[in-house]
Amino acid sequence: MPRIIKHDRVVEDDWQVLTLAAGETPATVTLPADPVLLPLPVWLARRTEISSLYRTLGVWLDSHEGPEALADDIDRLSIIAVNFPKFTDGRGYSIARLLRERYHFQGEIRAIGDVLQDQLFFMRRCGIDAYALRADKDIEKALAGLSVFSETYQAAVDQSEPLFLRRRTEASA
Amino acid sequence: MYRYDNTDQQIINERVAQYRDQIGRHLAGELSVDELRPLRLQNGLYIQRHGPMLRIAIPYGMLSAAQLRKLAEISRRYDRAVGHFTTRQNMQLNWPQFEETPDILAELASVQMHAVQTSGNCVRNITTDHFAGVAPDEWTDPRPYCELLRQWSTFHPEFAFLPRKFKIAVNAAAEDRAVIRAHDIGLDLVGNEQGEIGFRVFVGGGLGRTPILGKLIREFLPRRHLLSYLDAILRLYNRYGRRDNMYKARIKILVQALGIDEFGRQVEAEWSQLRDGPTTVPDVEFARLGGHFAPPPRATLPAEDAAHAARLRNDPAFANWVKRCVHPHKTPGYAAVTLSLKALGVAPGDISDVQMIAVAELAERFSFGELRVSHEQNVVLADVRQSDLHEVWLIARRHRLATANIGLLTDMICCPGGDLCALANARSVPIAAAIHEKFDDLDYLHDIGDISLNISGCMNSCGHHHVANIGILGVDKNDEEWYQISIGGQQGNAATIGKVIGPSFYAQEIPQVIEALIGVYLEHRTPSERFIDTLQRIGIEPFKARAYAGRDRRRTAKVDNREEEVINA
Repeated sequence: MPRIIKHDRVVEDDWQVLTLAAGETPATVTLPADPVLLPLPVWLARRTEISSLYRTLGVWLDSHEGPEALADDIDRLSIIAVNFPKFTDGRGYSIARLLRERYHFQGEIRAIGDVLQDQLFFMRRCGIDAYALRADKDIEKALAGLSVFSETYQAAVDQSEPLFLRRRTEASA
Repeated sequence: MYRYDNTDQQIINERVAQYRDQIGRHLAGELSVDELRPLRLQNGLYIQRHGPMLRIAIPYGMLSAAQLRKLAEISRRYDRAVGHFTTRQNMQLNWPQFEETPDILAELASVQMHAVQTSGNCVRNITTDHFAGVAPDEWTDPRPYCELLRQWSTFHPEFAFLPRKFKIAVNAAAEDRAVIRAHDIGLDLVGNEQGEIGFRVFVGGGLGRTPILGKLIREFLPRRHLLSYLDAILRLYNRYGRRDNMYKARIKILVQALGIDEFGRQVEAEWSQLRDGPTTVPDVEFARLGGHFAPPPRATLPAEDAAHAARLRNDPAFANWVKRCVHPHKTPGYAAVTLSLKALGVAPGDISDVQMIAVAELAERFSFGELRVSHEQNVVLADVRQSDLHEVWLIARRHRLATANIGLLTDMICCPGGDLCALANARSVPIAAAIHEKFDDLDYLHDIGDISLNISGCMNSCGHHHVANIGILGVDKNDEEWYQISIGGQQGNAATIGKVIGPSFYAQEIPQVIEALIGVYLEHRTPSERFIDTLQRIGIEPFKARAYAGRDRRRTAKVDNREEEVINA
């Protein structure tokens, strides 16, 4: 079974990612057995059907798509995956933060696609908590990428106060 | 200047360890060339024409003498005993060994320095006025705000992989010396009627292939909201900036496409969700940062030093230097001094290890142990007593740091160009050298007066040629080096993008062309006019006509297509 990093550990995981092949459309694509992460257009086109078919729901957003499209569904989804088509495409960081901070998504946010060790620290700070590492990489070694820095300047999902507020507390303590 | 606390130091130490591990994994075959590239760039490491180049961050141009000594030592041990100051106030080493770069970063960390985000598609080094804190026309010190931005932008988790690089500059003086409207975001510190400190915010400026001046997006942003407002701008850019074409990926293209009004509306909408959140900066933090930039313990001195005045009368060479290289200071009896890195025969902005040590000693003896790098690629001692100027001059002269040419034709901004840079279309340093040789007579230079001449070896415009009175751009045509000339650009409050005068020239023609342009100015000027004033009064045509008159027609140069893309916004 494939393995992912989840909550800082390597675990087995059986979620499949559905992608549309050439010629397939959201309306007609065959829905595989769950658990499956569906492309956003498929979810939007067939919400009712999917909800009755699957026990747990998961959708993946491509980097040009936005969390706005899932605003009404947030509480129904177990997993929202964010695709990084290339590791240099940074849109997924904003998408993840918005899912957590603006839409208060409580489920799993999973990074999929070109997911590499040296981006994990940023991903985690933005609220991503599961990482489907690119298959050719050593997933055990990649764990080190989560804990590169012991302190950070900015507020983000993992740290509600920027360093300047915490420095002040330390100084006055 | 800002001093690290334990946390700042720990973050930088961890960065060195991370980078060392990345280089190790690359050498072990675990990290491919393509995977390493963005990582090494965010640590300032380029792979250039002859090998690696390391760009070291000098946040907003501030250096201590101890840091400069360390740079001298690094340049000796790991490079060819020379450094190059850039228009982002950084220092480049052109000959380091790839495998030794982690050691260089560790050396830098030992003096609270780094190479974080000096390249890559992220927020780059913040720049500001090199006279910050001492300029008479400044109303508040911009450096605490620069440091706040340095910390905010350092490893910002959301904005490490933007569509393209992102540059921010801050000005707090009546005269903008930081070219803020040539930046992705330009911040102009202002006060409002209630006495609050805040910013006029410009967005979407930039040089490069499509030079555009930044547009005003907000008339007044209270300072406590600075970070949340920038988060809003960067988030829109990160999500909607173009990623399909690197030449159209800067924020200026997004701002142009949406129009400044619509872009501003979207920023306000995003910001309305972020403002007053945890990233709101309290006054106590501004006070903490401000404390790091408190004025040094200057003496109470008379405004005019009698001995200095006498030396000015008696020593014309010294007086010439003072005229060009000594600048007013807000404290009576003090002055700011520019040490020129534009001596004949030296690449503009280059400084040797021996010169670095000399400058460090000058700073320690005469300027409270601190110095600045200007975006014009010179070094500034900001706090020199008038009575010490003569001694500073004597020492600087011994080290070839006292060429009296600041603001004159030979004070050229110039990128490293095709001799070193892999991006360059043409060489720029030999062009600068040829011009310098032609205009080496100081009396003639002083007679020509204030003028800016900038050279870039390619469209990336590191040499800021668009905002020079005379701009020279290297272009490549059929593997030959050609040079396009623009005139009428300027920095400052009236920042303007220059206009291309016509077909490109080849290298040997450039000194004569510059001489022709200067000739037109000298013939037409009124006694009070600078080059730019005469040009604005009589227009571009007489200059154009003279530049092409009697030109060798055997080699007809085609107008480069890229000339059409120059947008004067």
